[in-house]
Amino acid sequence: MAHTLDNEFINPNSQIKSPPDKDPMLPCLFSVEQVKKETHDTFTFYLSPCENKISFPFQPGQFNMLYIFGNGEVPISISGNPSDEDRLVHTVRLVGPVTRAMKNLKRGDVLGVRGPFGNSWPVYEAIGNDVIVVAGGIGLAPLRPVLYKLLSQRDKYGKIVLLYGTRTPEDILFKRELEQLRSRFDLEVHVTVDRAQQSWKGNVGVVTRLIHKATFDPLNSIAVVCGPEVMMRFTALELEKHGVPSDRIYISMERNMKCAIGFCGHCQLGQTFICKDGPVFRYDFMHTYLTKREI
Amino acid sequence: MENLEKILAEHPFLQGLESHYLDLIVGCASNVKFDAGQFIFHEGEEANQFYVIRNGKVALEIFSPERGAIEIDTLEEGDVLGWSWLIPPYHWRFDARAVELTRAIALDGKCLRNKCEEDHDLGYQLLKRFAHIIEQRLQSTRLQLLDVYGTHS
Ligand SMILES: Cc1cc2nc3c(=O)[nH]c(=O)nc-3n(C[C@H](O)[C@H](O)[C@H](O)COP(=O)(O)OP(=O)(O)OC[C@H]3O[C@@H](n4cnc5c(N)ncnc54)[C@H](O)[C@@H]3O)c2cc1C
Ligand code: FES
Repeated sequence: MAHTLDNEFINPNSQIKSPPDKDPMLPCLFSVEQVKKETHDTFTFYLSPCENKISFPFQPGQFNMLYIFGNGEVPISISGNPSDEDRLVHTVRLVGPVTRAMKNLKRGDVLGVRGPFGNSWPVYEAIGNDVIVVAGGIGLAPLRPVLYKLLSQRDKYGKIVLLYGTRTPEDILFKRELEQLRSRFDLEVHVTVDRAQQSWKGNVGVVTRLIHKATFDPLNSIAVVCGPEVMMRFTALELEKHGVPSDRIYISMERNMKCAIGFCGHCQLGQTFICKDGPVFRYDFMHTYLTKREI
Repeated sequence: MENLEKILAEHPFLQGLESHYLDLIVGCASNVKFDAGQFIFHEGEEANQFYVIRNGKVALEIFSPERGAIEIDTLEEGDVLGWSWLIPPYHWRFDARAVELTRAIALDGKCLRNKCEEDHDLGYQLLKRFAHIIEQRLQSTRLQLLDVYGTHS
C-alpha cells in the first residue's frame, strides 16, 4: 500500500480531539511542583494546576504546548502516567532558547499549558498482540506513558519488549526506572549506547542491533518507535526485515508548531497536519516522507 | 566434536553450506573460554582465527592515548567475531575483550585461508557470508557516525 503525501492522507490513529468546551488557544496556568535533573541536558518537570479543580486526562503520545513567559511556546510530549490526572509530567531536553529557559524554572514558578493535543500511540489496537517499544534518546519520554499503560493492563498483551538506545551511558534517561523494569519477568528490556568507556558493562552499538535479540511474533506484534527521524527510519527497516509489516509499525513525528490545532499550517506535510492528525503515524503512511529531501 | 558440529550446522552464519564444507570447518573448530576482562586479541596482533560466540559478551575497543579504551561495539550469543584473518595483512584492527565470562567456538582462520585458496567455491561461500556481516556492521557504524542523538539531528 504505497501512499504519497499528495494522496489523501488518513491516519487511522487520529481519532482523539480536544475537548469542545475549552478554548484550545487559551493556556491554563500550572506551577512547577518539582524539577528533576535526568541527565546533563534533560530535566523532568512535575506541574500542578494553579486552579485546584482542573484534572488533566491524556492519552499516551499526546503533547502539550508549554508557554514559558517571555521566551515562547514549545510542543512537549507528556511523559507521566496516564492514570495520574492531577499533575502533569514533561521531560525536556535543552536544545534552544525556549527549552534552555526551562532550565531556570524553579519550584513555584508558573507557566502556561495548552493541550493535550494530538492522537495517541495504538495501545488499544495492540491488545492481544506482542508490543515492541523502540526508543532513541529523548524519544523514551513520549513512550513512557505507553509503558505505564501496557503494564497497568499487563494481561491484555502478549510479550512486551523495550529496546532503548542513546548516545552514552551518561545520557540514559529514567535510569532507576529502567533498572526496575529490567527486573520484571513480564517485560524484556535491552539498552544500548552508541559509545562508552570500559567501565560500561552493557551493550554498545546502535538501537537497531537490539532487534534481533528480542523475542516477539512479528506478524502478531505492534511496534511503536520514537526518536530522531533517521533512527526511526532505520529501526522500521530492521523491524520489517524481521517480519513486522509496515502497517504495524508506528512512529511519532516532530515539526515546529504554533497553534497545535491545525490552523496555522506550521506543521503541515502535504495534506497532513502533524499536530492534529499526528504526531503518531503508521509507518506505511509516513515512510515516503521520511526519505524525501525536499520537504 | 559432535556437539560442535551440531552448533555450527545450526548457526545462521553457516546455514545452507554443503556438508563436506561444513565437515571441513568443524575440523578447524575448537571450544574456547574467556574470563571477564580477558583480552581475546589485541590490535596489531596476527589474526589467525575467528569466533562464533556461544554465550557471554565481547567488547570491541579502540585505544586512544588521550581518551583511553573506547568501546565501539559489543557482540553476544550467536554473533561472529573477527574477519581480519581473511583480509591481508591478517592483523587485528581492534582489541576484543570479554566483558563477562564468554564461551565461543574458535575457528582456525589460517587453515581455512589455505583451504579457500585451494577451493574457490569454499572461498566464495565464506566471503559471501562475511560480506553480509561486514555490511551490517558498516551500516551500524554509519548510524553511529551520524550521532543521531546529538542536538544537530
Ligand atoms: C509533538 C512534539 C512532541 C515533542 N516532545 C518533546 C519532548 O517530550 N521532550 C523534548 O525535549 N522535546 C520534545 N519536542 C521537541 C521540542 O518541541 C523542541 O526541542 C523545542 O521546540 C525546541 O525549542 P527551542 O526554542 O528550545 O529550540 P529551537 O530554537 O527551536 O531549536 C534550537 C536548535 O535545536 C535543534 N532542535 C530543535 N528541536 C530539536 C529536537 N527535537 N532534537 C534535536 N534538535 C532539535 C534545532 O535544529 C535548532 O538548531 C517535541 C516536538 C513535537 C513536535
Ligand atoms: S501547528 Fe498550526 S497547523 Fe499544526
